[in-house]
Amino acid sequence: MTRPSFATLVGMIITSLFILAAIFANVLAPYGLAEIVGDAWEPSSSEFLLGTDSIGRDLLSRMIYGGRTTILVAAAATAVSFLTGSILGFTAAVVGGWFDQILSRFVDLVMSIPPLILALVILSVMPTTIVVLIVVMGLLDSTRVFRLSRAVAVDITVMDYVEAARLRGEGTVWIVFREILPNALSLLIAELGLRFIFAVLFISTLSFLGLGVQPPAADWGGIVKENKDGLVYGISAALMPTIAIAVLAISVNLVADWALNRTSSLKGGRGA
Amino acid sequence: MLSLIAKRLGIGLITVLAVSIIIFLGTKILPGDAAELRLGQSASAENLAVLRERLGLDKPYWQQYLSWLVNFVQGDMGNSLSGDTPISGLIADRYQNTLIVSGLTALIGVPISVALGVMAAMFPGSTYDRVLTFTSVTLVAAPEFFTATLLVLFFVLFLGMGSTIVSGSTDGMGLFELIQHFALPITTLCFVIASQLIRMSRAAVLNVMASPYIEMAILKGIPRRRIILRHALLNAIGPIVNVIALNLAYLITGVIVVEIYFSYQGLATLIVQGVQTRDFVLVQSLGMIFCATYVVIMLIADIAAILANPRQRHPK
Repeated sequence: MTRPSFATLVGMIITSLFILAAIFANVLAPYGLAEIVGDAWEPSSSEFLLGTDSIGRDLLSRMIYGGRTTILVAAAATAVSFLTGSILGFTAAVVGGWFDQILSRFVDLVMSIPPLILALVILSVMPTTIVVLIVVMGLLDSTRVFRLSRAVAVDITVMDYVEAARLRGEGTVWIVFREILPNALSLLIAELGLRFIFAVLFISTLSFLGLGVQPPAADWGGIVKENKDGLVYGISAALMPTIAIAVLAISVNLVADWALNRTSSLKGGRGA
Repeated sequence: MLSLIAKRLGIGLITVLAVSIIIFLGTKILPGDAAELRLGQSASAENLAVLRERLGLDKPYWQQYLSWLVNFVQGDMGNSLSGDTPISGLIADRYQNTLIVSGLTALIGVPISVALGVMAAMFPGSTYDRVLTFTSVTLVAAPEFFTATLLVLFFVLFLGMGSTIVSGSTDGMGLFELIQHFALPITTLCFVIASQLIRMSRAAVLNVMASPYIEMAILKGIPRRRIILRHALLNAIGPIVNVIALNLAYLITGVIVVEIYFSYQGLATLIVQGVQTRDFVLVQSLGMIFCATYVVIMLIADIAAILANPRQRHPK
């Protein structure tokens, strides 16, 4: 096993800081989520470290709570996408035949629609609750996971040990969970990071458009939307959440890169 | 070659049809129906029935779908639910606004990004290459509104030009005013497509650089610049065209965020308003326009790749 590089370590540390901040939001945030504590857009001071937002709420507190919402929603959507995507992908590879054909063509079709557009169409008739958002984002993203896990599983199903399991008379479920899953896991974990970043960007975009997390709850995309009018007056409140999104995305990316290099060196591919 | 192109066109047509089914069904996934959703819990049975009949919701799904599709192709998209105005009228006003912004972005952004990417491939590992790669990796990770926010701070506050709101008519504006008007949304969109485009065109050229005939050219002592421009670039055109089309397709999503950010009166602001007012008839039509554009751009990419590659032009 290779030692993680400096960049990977930085990525890991920053990612864990974000996760810790999300978990301990209640302890860390100096003020409440929707508590109005000062005037609109006060500059940063010892009282309000990042200043206040468009209606006088403490920006730092909102950023911390917003991070919790963003990370939670993105993580849940990624979980939905991996559960559906990988199980269906593995099953399609193992079962093959018309089951595989129908699923694959359907996924091709959904992938020929920009995910944001499809999400807009669905959200125009669905209530915008957190659960709906998670499920819609997760299912839309599961098409990508399906493709990857099917491709990986197709390679694995021709292995001798899968053949042996079939000859032993094991069922599809057993083969998927006991033979395919352990062998595909390392690649999937590397992909996990990338899908998570995509989910963060997706929920932030939806909230920025006003169609994601609804006020007074906060997430980073929503905070940008609330504060972007202040930019004209030189108030950079809207910049904070965008920086947070970018930093989180880059640090998760660094970790995912490392995971990807590790798995491919295990398989004798491009090593790190 | 013609049969190959005809086949792609056929696939494209089938894709558009299948996409239209998905868009149509996308608004049917709720257990209740749209009439209930619009009128709320307390609506009377007669009101519901009237609205259902008006929207054609009392017919079976396949009939609703067919009449929607036939009308859509003929340019009749029905009336919007919220304003009760013809949708085609709403769209006509805004279509060219969106077209101007995305067209200008493509015209300005694509050549610059490809040139930057090819230049990075000329000097792989140089400082220029590293800075460019780092910047584009950072921009890929950042959402569109990150770039937009940075640009607003830079243009509006430091240079004192451009505006955070891009609306109103452009009639009677001089060239300089026009540039000021469109500077921010177009620069933002250029950044959005540039990050991918630079990386991919660099990779495409470097990929060709690894082939034996390039090694031969190097061994013959041909200058590096000439090798890139005469030997590598021509062979990398196929993949580059593909990447360009992919990124133009990506522009469709980018344009939604950017239009909202700058309050620009285009199709994207219309579709977002439609979602907010739960005007699913409007959203359906606009979604279909976006998707059809997307599929057509992809189709053009496929065909361009066939035309650019001699091996595909003369299939055995």
